[in-house]
Amino acid sequence: MTPTAGSYRRRRFVERVMFTLAGIATASSIGILIFLLGYIAVHGVTALSLDFFTNLPAPVGEPGGGMANAIVGSAKILLVAALVGIPVGFVGGIYLAEYGRSGLAFWVRYAADVLNGVPSIVIGITVYALIVRPFGHFSTLAGGFALGLMMIPVALRSTEEFLRLVPSSLREASLALGAPTWVTIMRVVVPAGIRGIVTGLLLALARVAGETAPLLFTALNNRFWSPGWRAPTASLPVMIFTYAIAPYDDWHRQAWAGGLVLLTLVLGANILARLLMHGGRARGGA
Amino acid sequence: MEALGAIGVRREAKLPVRPRRVGDFLLRTGSLGLALSVLAITATIATVLFVQSRQARVAFGWPFLWTSVWDPVALRFGALPFIYGTVMTTFLALAIAVPVGLGAAICLAELLPLRIADGLTFLIELLVAVPSVVYGLVGVFVLVPAMRGLETTIQGALGFIPLFSGPIYGVGLLTASVLLAVMVVPFIIAVSREVLLAVPETQREAALALGATRWEMVRHVVLPYARAGILGSIFLALARALGETMAVTMVIGNRPEVSASLFAPAYTMAAVLANEFTEATDDVYLSALVEVALVLFAITVVVNGIARLLIGRVPRPGAANT
Amino acid sequence: MRQRVWAAVVFGLVLAVVASRAAVLVTGAGATFPYPIYSKWFDEFHKRFSDLQINYQSIGSGGGIRQVLDGTIDFGATDGPMTDEQLASAKIPILHLPTVLGAVVPTFNLPGIERLRFTPEALAAIFLGKVTKWDDPAIAEANPGVKLPSQALVPVHRSDGSGTTYIFTDYLSKVSPEWQKTVGRNTSVNWPVGLGGKGNEGVAGLVKQTPNSIGYVELIYALQNKLPYGDVRNRAGKFVQASLDSVTAAAAGAENIPDDFRVSITDAPAATAYPIASFTWLLVPTRIADADKGAALKKFLEWMLSDGQSLAPPLNYAPLPPALVTRERQALSKITVGG
Repeated sequence: MTPTAGSYRRRRFVERVMFTLAGIATASSIGILIFLLGYIAVHGVTALSLDFFTNLPAPVGEPGGGMANAIVGSAKILLVAALVGIPVGFVGGIYLAEYGRSGLAFWVRYAADVLNGVPSIVIGITVYALIVRPFGHFSTLAGGFALGLMMIPVALRSTEEFLRLVPSSLREASLALGAPTWVTIMRVVVPAGIRGIVTGLLLALARVAGETAPLLFTALNNRFWSPGWRAPTASLPVMIFTYAIAPYDDWHRQAWAGGLVLLTLVLGANILARLLMHGGRARGGA
Repeated sequence: MEALGAIGVRREAKLPVRPRRVGDFLLRTGSLGLALSVLAITATIATVLFVQSRQARVAFGWPFLWTSVWDPVALRFGALPFIYGTVMTTFLALAIAVPVGLGAAICLAELLPLRIADGLTFLIELLVAVPSVVYGLVGVFVLVPAMRGLETTIQGALGFIPLFSGPIYGVGLLTASVLLAVMVVPFIIAVSREVLLAVPETQREAALALGATRWEMVRHVVLPYARAGILGSIFLALARALGETMAVTMVIGNRPEVSASLFAPAYTMAAVLANEFTEATDDVYLSALVEVALVLFAITVVVNGIARLLIGRVPRPGAANT
Repeated sequence: MRQRVWAAVVFGLVLAVVASRAAVLVTGAGATFPYPIYSKWFDEFHKRFSDLQINYQSIGSGGGIRQVLDGTIDFGATDGPMTDEQLASAKIPILHLPTVLGAVVPTFNLPGIERLRFTPEALAAIFLGKVTKWDDPAIAEANPGVKLPSQALVPVHRSDGSGTTYIFTDYLSKVSPEWQKTVGRNTSVNWPVGLGGKGNEGVAGLVKQTPNSIGYVELIYALQNKLPYGDVRNRAGKFVQASLDSVTAAAAGAENIPDDFRVSITDAPAATAYPIASFTWLLVPTRIADADKGAALKKFLEWMLSDGQSLAPPLNYAPLPPALVTRERQALSKITVGG
């Protein structure tokens, strides 16, 4: 079955064209990443200074302000988010993996999918209606709660996935030795899957760390340090947004610096998470 | 058997029964409770949206979805401009992102050696993690001026086509679509690559054995096999694009108007919510905005549902952060 | 670098815990129009009284009105006075307290052109979409000798609920019957044409980045960003540039400021008056439950009426007329604190 030279050459030509296009697509995608990171790095690094990390924002038009309160504010919000999202996601995921074979589990998974797809701004609106308005103030708690809600589906799904990956032989061995179900789950299965679970939780946290929209309606912003947990607070993403759309060059510089800090933290968490996961498996790879 | 049973009975009789049951009971109900709370949360969101939009739904009815007016003074609202803007930007973004994403996925799944491809995929997946506001930042300072130049060039050559007519601002529908495309391409690449890798080698080898070139193998065997998964990845990207707020509002021009030109400023549902929600001073105005949120919510539920059906098992966070 | 971040975070957390013990935090939000002078005021006030912090967020006048009605902030700020219906819907009666006077200027981005004159008709026509090119006679007539490009105009307006919009549309409604009929005056209107920017900052940013654009912003935003702005012809027929003097002249002409201090001074009759000038107000509930916050706010208001006024001119806001200050001081007693 020898193909005629002519048509074969044409087919090879088409192949070469298509694969070149595919290669260009890949190169552009990598190129975008490098451009994005590089651009932010260049603009952000020149704007970074000790002032940026230790000063509060300065009045409009005056130089020398910083984002110290925004960095701390983001940390506090994420702490609240973790306290809301991790227990629900982690323990809920245990239910789905260990007990959930039935219709109820299906609905929970479906609800988590829906929740995952809800645009973050809609979550912000809901939390505004449920918490900010009735209680009468914007707060770190409201902002953290909104972000925590967004963490739940990712935490839930990753916990379930990694618990399912634990071989049943481990469960059966534990049960055969007489351990109660709950001990089996908490002392044997969960520790076996903990690496993947932690990865998933870390990724969930990193994802919400960059969210801006829900914070606009829940934590507002703050010129000063935010006392406690029930006052409005500055946060990195909101500050970046506010400064980016303004006309002041000094604010633009700070926006770049903020973008660099945020990006570093988020990417750092992602890389850490993936290294954790890949390190655990015996597979080769990045 | 009997012996084992006897041993079992004896062991059970020896060990205290109460603590075991309590522990089991606690874990089971506790985890069930928290799992149910997820249902409750989602139901609450849907309810809040439905209830708070009542005033607008009653006032404007179904025509709300296809009327193009947004007048806070006369209190007449129709969401068509936002639905149009959302649909158009998403559609255009996918039109750009799908060929590029699929092409890259093919390259990474079929052409490159595994270790290099794994490394590159790892890098591309990092793009998924970049926050929206950072994309917006680069969009405002880099993309907008670049698009202004590009649009002027296009209008110079093709300005007679209505799609490319009208004044050029730099911000607008096309700019937002390009930015969205950049944001969703990594999704498509990551998920599609996984799907392509899952196609059995036997299929590939069979095609090659029949004399197909590698491209023909990909086009006629691998892609059709992976079709459902790839479509699913597209829907996932679609869902993400629909909800994008910050990056879009920074580059779209924020104008509630349906226009024929791609260069015109536009508005999306998410963007109008971000801009106007805290300020709607009339109850009807606020209710109209919540109705916009309800529509957005409904659309994302449907799209996610379709994606779920197509993809089946949604990939774990390690592969693509969905 | 990340270690520095962590160090800053830990340091900040400690600081936040320490700082949070001492300070009273009052939160307000609203107009972007006076944001430069407000942020200066709150900064100076905090330097004077270090245990009192007033956190002001410029989210637009519409936001200020809405949030103060919702009770989620301690005070609001607006340059578009609340309507009677809005006031009636408030759970606790709300006071309008004027703070300074400012000007809304038409700012533009035309390479090489620094000064332009606009007639009221031209401004209305531009934002109605009737005038679409810079070299239209409506603009050219008022600017003999200026080479206007034959480029398309890019109008820029506010995408959020804005008192600056209220002032501008209030003026346009007075000078253009067509505007009054088709668009009207409000903090958020159905703009016939133009791009939307968020806040005065957003509009200034868009104008700065978009060639051939024209927007409307508070004077200080044009000045601080070195954007050119046009003179506007006033009711007396003269082309006036926005300045401290011309804004003060506009206020001087305002007869009979009512007891609730809601008044419009656009299109003022005085010969030297700038036609698009306005007061800006703080919206303060008459009953403040939290004693500390109420005391802090009242202290600020007194300070604002005395020391604060002198900080306005350097930022190109006109201080309040002395007679008005006296009346306002009396009005402060309507605010009850605690209990």
